[in-house]
Amino acid sequence: MNRIYGLALLMMPILAMASDSGEINKNKIKEAAEQVIQVKEGFNATTLVAAAGRNRHIVVAPDGDLFIKLDRLRNGKGILQMRRAESSGKYELVDSFGNYVGTGIAIRQGYLYASSDDAVYRYALDKKGNVDQKDNPQRIVQGLWSRRQHASKSIALDYAGNIYVNIGAPSNACQVKDRTKDSPGMDPCPILDSAGGIWKFRVDQSDQSYPEGKRYATGLRNVVGLDWNEEVKALYVMQHGRDMLSSLFPDEFSDSLSAELPAEEMFRIEAGKDYGWPYCYYDPIQNKKVLAPEYGGDGEKVGRCALKEHPLVAFPGHWGPNAMLFYTGNQFPERYKNGVFVAFHGSWNRAPFRQAGYNVMFVPMKDGKPVGEYELFAEGFTGKEYIMSTGDALYRPCGLAQTPDGSLLVSDSREGRVWQIRFGDKK
Amino acid sequence: MIKKIFFICTLLLGGGAAFLQTIQQPRIAAGKKVYTKNCLACHQANGAGVPGLNPPLIKTDWVLGEKKRLINVVLNGLDDAIEVNGEEYENPMPALEYLSDQDIADVLTYVRNAFGNKASFIEPSEVKAIRKKK
Repeated sequence: MNRIYGLALLMMPILAMASDSGEINKNKIKEAAEQVIQVKEGFNATTLVAAAGRNRHIVVAPDGDLFIKLDRLRNGKGILQMRRAESSGKYELVDSFGNYVGTGIAIRQGYLYASSDDAVYRYALDKKGNVDQKDNPQRIVQGLWSRRQHASKSIALDYAGNIYVNIGAPSNACQVKDRTKDSPGMDPCPILDSAGGIWKFRVDQSDQSYPEGKRYATGLRNVVGLDWNEEVKALYVMQHGRDMLSSLFPDEFSDSLSAELPAEEMFRIEAGKDYGWPYCYYDPIQNKKVLAPEYGGDGEKVGRCALKEHPLVAFPGHWGPNAMLFYTGNQFPERYKNGVFVAFHGSWNRAPFRQAGYNVMFVPMKDGKPVGEYELFAEGFTGKEYIMSTGDALYRPCGLAQTPDGSLLVSDSREGRVWQIRFGDKK
Repeated sequence: MIKKIFFICTLLLGGGAAFLQTIQQPRIAAGKKVYTKNCLACHQANGAGVPGLNPPLIKTDWVLGEKKRLINVVLNGLDDAIEVNGEEYENPMPALEYLSDQDIADVLTYVRNAFGNKASFIEPSEVKAIRKKK
């Protein structure tokens, strides 16, 4: 992987600085200027959309149209529909609808689903893949907790008429006073009755809320990236781990330890199970689930955490996993099939050290289980060699989608870019 | 004689301003230390915060405006939906009332004069007065 192509052109004034980390292949510079990001050898990336808006999740319809969910309305609309122009190959805006902001968007069996921060809507798609009744969707879920923090509702669907909705906990570690030093953890944590988990609803019923839904899994602080794996018929999620261990417990945790703890955990969800938050977190250095300091933990004690579910994969701390996608296409080499991509939005809680994440990783899987270590698939989104402050990132990966021909799309939340990653040399 | 007094006065005045500068700089340096330990994780090294999560401290009325409101944010925290420069932020600000009057005055003096900001200094007595009222 060549780290510096994109950097070089983007940052002309600091070209000299960049070039000390390797020799610049001039033939690649033009290409890199367009894509900025660098992808695994054998693949290539192109920019499909330059500046859509505050992109969150994305999805591609069977006919190839791209739908983008926005976190801020654009001309009063929160969903963009884009289509590939024959002439340029770029995507152009063909329609926009939905007067609400949010994160989740998905397509399943003839319907488009999209979420606001407290509800989920669905729109029927006609045979051409166009959206029927854009201004009059069916509201299938409503009245979910939306209390600023971790309010985004990510969604995933199975093929049996169920939708899985993340309800993030509006809290860091369920302290009496959130994120406040010396404030104890509430035990039991009352938030878990209404948030901090995945709720399951039917896709075809209107206005379901807590009484009609089912708490499918609990002890998940906040899930932004999740996907249904049809190969093994199970939901997989990436949890955003807790923040601020050293800020809240400076005597127990150094800043450097706090930058690495806890892991960002990937789980295969089983109905009714408890994944540990707020009582426990996963320490990727000791490889164990330990008691959180708000609940009597000292960084080593396990206690009740022995009974909580362990992660399938433990990624480094604070990377911010915002999207997850099981690859089911035929374009990429065989080893990618049924493996999972994870897009990391990038850290903030690693300060005062260099921020990290801001990439797309891949985990090879077979029968729903990892068969190798996670590996870097795409990087260079920050546009810089490294950043100390989150705001310095040029782009931040936030959504993933697969096209009908098996390309991977990556969306960015800062400028609204969407890249297409294909296998093989650039056409 | 008058000339001489005038000269000495000028010297004292000029020297006074320079002297003030040099005694103020340590307060900014002290404030930076407090910032690094207590604020930087969320508001970041460049003071620009984290998009959508933690608000920036740069060129905002919350920092450069009324001192009382700013001191109150540090003493009592803030968990309301606020807009900073047209953007909303998710995370609550914890109360940092355990910091001393001197530390709070220093750190606020630092953020009011770092990241391209420029505003008047905040004195420990101002923090003390607001803390007492609580």
